[in-house]
Amino acid sequence: MSDLNTLTISEARTRLRQGEVTSRQLTEDCLAAIDAAGALNAYVHHTPDLAMRMAEAADDRLKQGGAPALCGVPLGIKDLFCTRGVDSQAGSRILEGFKPEYESTVTRQLWESGAVMLGKLNMDEFAMGSSNETSVYGNAVNPWKVDDRDLTPGGSSGGSSAAVAADLCLAATGTDTGGSIRQPAAFTGITGLKPTYGRCSRWGIVAFASSLDQAGPMTKDVRDAAILLRAMAGHDPLDSTSADLAVPDFEAALTGDIKGKTIGLPREYRMDGMSDEIDALWSRGREMLEDAGAKVVDVSLPHTKYALPAYYVIAPAEASSNLARYDGVRFGHRAKLDQGDGILELYEKTRAEGFGDEVKRRIMVGTYVLSAGFYDAYYNRARKVRTLIKRNFDDVFAQGVDAILTPATPSAAFGLGEVAGKDPVEMYLNDVFTVTVNLAGLPGISVPTGQDSKGLPLGLQLIGRPWEEGDLLNVAYALEQAAGFVAKPARWW
Amino acid sequence: MSIDKDTAARVAKLARIRVAPADLDALAGEFNTILGFIEQLNEVDVAGVEPMVSVTPQRLKRREDVVTEGDQQWRVLSNAPDAREGFFAVPKVVE
Repeated sequence: MSDLNTLTISEARTRLRQGEVTSRQLTEDCLAAIDAAGALNAYVHHTPDLAMRMAEAADDRLKQGGAPALCGVPLGIKDLFCTRGVDSQAGSRILEGFKPEYESTVTRQLWESGAVMLGKLNMDEFAMGSSNETSVYGNAVNPWKVDDRDLTPGGSSGGSSAAVAADLCLAATGTDTGGSIRQPAAFTGITGLKPTYGRCSRWGIVAFASSLDQAGPMTKDVRDAAILLRAMAGHDPLDSTSADLAVPDFEAALTGDIKGKTIGLPREYRMDGMSDEIDALWSRGREMLEDAGAKVVDVSLPHTKYALPAYYVIAPAEASSNLARYDGVRFGHRAKLDQGDGILELYEKTRAEGFGDEVKRRIMVGTYVLSAGFYDAYYNRARKVRTLIKRNFDDVFAQGVDAILTPATPSAAFGLGEVAGKDPVEMYLNDVFTVTVNLAGLPGISVPTGQDSKGLPLGLQLIGRPWEEGDLLNVAYALEQAAGFVAKPARWW
Repeated sequence: MSIDKDTAARVAKLARIRVAPADLDALAGEFNTILGFIEQLNEVDVAGVEPMVSVTPQRLKRREDVVTEGDQQWRVLSNAPDAREGFFAVPKVVE
């Protein structure tokens, strides 16, 4: 094995173009790495034959010249993306055996760019979770390890983060409804970008909360995030909320020059009981950006505290509506019925068997907050608070702030089983720094910036103006250069 | 606002999820924990604030009301747990 799986997209691009390596070789190395990493449980549906066929086609295309940046690059795909003829289960039992007859727009664009699919990646069921512990496939495991405990790779895109960190692909797709790209990226020492709402088509991605869901890249560095985002993004007539805007060359924005940029630090993100290590990391991030020539100012986002409670009304409400389609009639699991059972028993038994506990809980909370008599008190109030949260960001950007710097997570990766199964709200608190960004529809990126005293990776988050992913990526690039994070997990699997 | 066992049973019914009677107490407890967390929203002054409909102000695009991708019955049915003679099959609905 020649370890080509450890390359970044940009390194592979150069070597593929110079004819030093082939997509076949890259893909073979990734497949070998995947085979040796069963302990991480990152891949849940393997497609090695398809991968080799795609790699051969990419090699032919590269020989002809003029191939797109991603041509020949092996990727892992979150199980939430529908991939034609390949199991797409959203980490749920209720979609057991589901093989879509269609391809999601994002993955279709990736394959048209010549990318190679290695397989489908583990995730929390219907993307509902922050530790990958609600998956029907079992836990994905963080390649980072500091004692005998298995740590969470974060969630919901836990298979994606584990696969990228362990070099089981060159990069992966993720989706982010409340932090599901950025939190797992921070827990595994990789880069994760949630684009502006509407930048990537949601068509063919299993829906969780449609007004918040957004797909994005999970990569080994900031440059790769820029390359992969460009291939994933773009207007799609099949998604009525997809933005009809040109997709810029995000990579061209990466100059590393942030002189004269204004970076805001929101004082409300200094939470009670925040760990000293996270606080110190945040301060170091501030210094790094100042040293790079940016002006750092304190800003206020007064409604931050109410973002999580608003999210836990809006997201379950939308989920209860979106997940009504899983009824045992058109696709997926159907319960075995008893003599005399009718259509109602079919629905109730199928959904009881097919959904896991966290998904059931959220569907029922959503049903409750939308029910007659509570709609105004809960759902409408939460949507009003959402308006205020977005207004807070608008005000900060109107003051001339170019990007906002915050911690990505309240802690480093925790042990599997340490938070799950207790008070559900405790798990929800993982998204405290990321969820505001989804409610306001903004782009946000998690950049690995340091390690805690035990050696686990920690990330900082940068939040940008809507549709300004290029600028945001450039600030992230400057932070990446200054932080110089190069640590990799020591292989134990 | 506190959710009791009967309310939990009613919500489960509305959501079309079967919950065993023995599990209703625990479920009501979980609802109360989550709703207790959500109650914080009552501290916010929302007078005169419009509920958000879309993060990006936009008018949804329109298109001609015509069939774009028809004649794919077998594909539509290919993942059905029970399909017969070109239809989804379910238990008897109408007597």
